[in-house]
Amino acid sequence: MYLAKIYVTYKPSILDPKGESIKSALHRLAYENVADVTMGKYFELKLTGVDQDDVAAQVKDICDKLLVNVNMETYRFEIEALEAV
Amino acid sequence: MRFAVIVFPGSNCDEDMYHAVVDQLGESAQLLPHTATSLAGFDGVLIPGGFSYGDYLRCGAIARFSPIMPAIIDFANQGGLVLGVCNGFQVLTEAGLLPGALHENTSLEFICKDTELKITNPNTRFTSAYTTDTITLPIAHGEGNYYCDPDTLAQMQANGQIVFTYTDNPNGSVADIAGITNAQGNVLGMMPHPERAVEALLGLTDGLGLFESMAQATKTAL
Repeated sequence: MYLAKIYVTYKPSILDPKGESIKSALHRLAYENVADVTMGKYFELKLTGVDQDDVAAQVKDICDKLLVNVNMETYRFEIEALEAV
Repeated sequence: MRFAVIVFPGSNCDEDMYHAVVDQLGESAQLLPHTATSLAGFDGVLIPGGFSYGDYLRCGAIARFSPIMPAIIDFANQGGLVLGVCNGFQVLTEAGLLPGALHENTSLEFICKDTELKITNPNTRFTSAYTTDTITLPIAHGEGNYYCDPDTLAQMQANGQIVFTYTDNPNGSVADIAGITNAQGNVLGMMPHPERAVEALLGLTDGLGLFESMAQATKTAL
């Protein structure tokens, strides 16, 4: 069993209105040194499989097909092997 | 002309679409559930607004994998007329039938108001019946901020794919875009709601021309 941790954010070229809004709230709270805020999505998938490279290839497919809109978002992921219970 | 109005879980403008083309335009239509797998017998597809699948993940992202979608993609690839409004536009971009993507309005507010649009391409199968170059249609969306990369924008401009632009951009869309077609001109996606502007009793009638254009184009082709 593997655990995939997937991080999705807007591409840098896209204005992130939620990130901008959070940044201005932080400035109002006097955290003036916050220069930039990016808000994204985080997924955890548990996958059965033997070979970690195969699982990684599958996670990439899953991201490209459904979890991520590659027109406006970018992603990275990590895969950990889970101890058999 | 026989329209299919696609109904996803969470669609909420399906009845308005049906009312527009059947009661106002006098064409025929059928509400078709997302579980259908065939569009045999239909001349046009209308993908309505709403919150398909609760807008979970991204607007339109889950509807894009509904059982009806392969039939819609085939229908579009064979040149059939497909209109997606609001959430329907989001579904069409997620399905790759239209370029770009839609994300949060820059104001982060859900905007519900009448907006003036310029018809930037009057020579499409969706706009040919209009005799004016500005129309007013309501918008009602939180995620209508259209994005595409500069190369895609240049391509769309060169091909005349940008059909409607906002006079006063409400949501931050690139190049004031309110509605676009695919390169072949048979698939239109737009955030404003033509189906909510089809009778004087409700205040606006500028949406009718769009459905009339589709009906004319289909009858000419038959």
